[in-house]
Amino acid sequence: MSVVTDPARPAVAEAPGTPSGRRRGSFGFNTVSPREKVVRYLLLAFVLLITIGPFLWQLSTSLKGSGEDIYTRIPRLLPSQPTFSHYKEVTDTIPVLDYARNSLVVAFLVVGGNVIGASLAGFAISRLQFRGRRIVLGLFLATLVLPGEVTIISQYVTVREFGLANTLFGVALPGMIGALNVLLMYNAFRALPLEVDQAAIVDGANAWQRFVYIGLPSVRGTISVIAIFAFIGAWDDFLWPLIVLTDPNKYTLTVGLQYLSGTFSNNPRLIAAGTMIAFIPIVIVFATLQRFFFKGVEEGAVKG
Amino acid sequence: MLVIPALTWLLVFNLWPSINTVILSFTNARPIGGGHFVGLKNFETLLHDEQLRWALLNSVIYMVVCLPFLTVLPLLLAVLVEKKLPGITFFRTAFYTPVVASAVVVALIWQWILDDRGLVNGLAEKLGVISGPLPFLSDQWLLLLSAISLTIWKGLGYYMIIYLAALGNVGRELHEAAAVDGAGPFRRFVHITIPGVRGTMILISILISVSALRVFSELFILSGGKGGPGGRDNSVVMLIQQYSQGFEGNLGYASALSIVLFFVTVVPMLVLARLNRRGAEA
Repeated sequence: MSVVTDPARPAVAEAPGTPSGRRRGSFGFNTVSPREKVVRYLLLAFVLLITIGPFLWQLSTSLKGSGEDIYTRIPRLLPSQPTFSHYKEVTDTIPVLDYARNSLVVAFLVVGGNVIGASLAGFAISRLQFRGRRIVLGLFLATLVLPGEVTIISQYVTVREFGLANTLFGVALPGMIGALNVLLMYNAFRALPLEVDQAAIVDGANAWQRFVYIGLPSVRGTISVIAIFAFIGAWDDFLWPLIVLTDPNKYTLTVGLQYLSGTFSNNPRLIAAGTMIAFIPIVIVFATLQRFFFKGVEEGAVKG
Repeated sequence: MLVIPALTWLLVFNLWPSINTVILSFTNARPIGGGHFVGLKNFETLLHDEQLRWALLNSVIYMVVCLPFLTVLPLLLAVLVEKKLPGITFFRTAFYTPVVASAVVVALIWQWILDDRGLVNGLAEKLGVISGPLPFLSDQWLLLLSAISLTIWKGLGYYMIIYLAALGNVGRELHEAAAVDGAGPFRRFVHITIPGVRGTMILISILISVSALRVFSELFILSGGKGGPGGRDNSVVMLIQQYSQGFEGNLGYASALSIVLFFVTVVPMLVLARLNRRGAEA
């Protein structure tokens, strides 16, 4: 984002001698009037309640003791008998931790595949001359138009023919190089000045060296955005693993959770504990990496 | 060549399945394997499939309701978090949380909130708005409405970020000039911000339409995988999934349904793209 705070720029309407000195909007754009500040924070808090509230409510339910009435007419947010027993009960009855491990395996395969595959392809399409370059680019663009759900059945047939139905590798495989990620990397590499490449070619660097020493270091922002998105996408995906996996031991977390909700439909505390086990890791991942994420989004905006 | 792995993936997992979907739709392939050519039989069945009719109706309702909310609310949200106030990063991250969470997790949380004995019914009863619990999860239309609300709620942060990036490109000079001329925040929003993000708005409308037509997890979880009373709350993707599994499954029919899904999603894309072009000429 190109919101540049420029202290040198005078707040226009506050120039001395302007008769309308105190009108709305007269504070310029880098300062905020106290009243506006209050209104803004009130609105922010309101939206915060709407977006985060349901998660807190679920967390609270998961911690409420079994003797505690969770169906009171006056809902209580704070548990009066806080306990972790539901977490233990969920992990004892359903292999939630195995599911989490399965999800991790899939997520790492997908992240690795995309970081390597998409940056290689993006680099090749944007920086190397070869026959059919435009056609290849067009193919990647064309795949974006098609919603993934349209081809999901025949993707399943393909994976089954490879003998990978009902395996975690089969779950990860189709997502390991995403067309969108290839295009994102293509865009990122294209932003580098061509002169650098030419200088490297004069110095005798081959394509591989230019990729490793010039290309990669300058697109780290985009790579981290791709990695974050790939991880979240793989961890959260539901439909595809639901179709590929039939053996409950191989379930990923999302598929396992749906199974959980059927088993414990009469005990919201246990379901709540299960959802928190799936939710908390992804929030931690996102909260730790959000700096890169928002920076990457802003970089993209500037480049337009 | 560096591009070969990605190209292979594209061919094996995108292009070939696209073609194979058409081929499969003329067969009665089973999830366990096998199947043979059956001609147009699947497409004849489609025409008389009552569940598909409900699914298509639900999809259209989904899209029509989601569109206005998800094009406008995230823009307001983006304007709200655009200004650099202390702690604004925290709010941006927090507003994005529902996007990061899996649709399954989100739907399970809302299932409990919307339960007959859940938070919403509890609060409403306490306030005396209703006398008995509203059947958010068992009534055909309330269930659909609940899923729609959930989709809107989960989408807010995602579209907010796209708008936020677009807002950065709207000229500050325009805003400042208008402010000097005495335009208040509301008029500046209508006359400067909205025209400034118009292209993004169209793009977002396309994204919303396509994702509304593809809805799966929310309806699946909220209805407990059953698609509501009499299967009337199915979406097209839910039908595809149902035919992809078990001994009753029919991958041929699921592929025919996929082709329906393709045409259904292409229509709003073409309409909106056309709208965009006409607007650009005007």
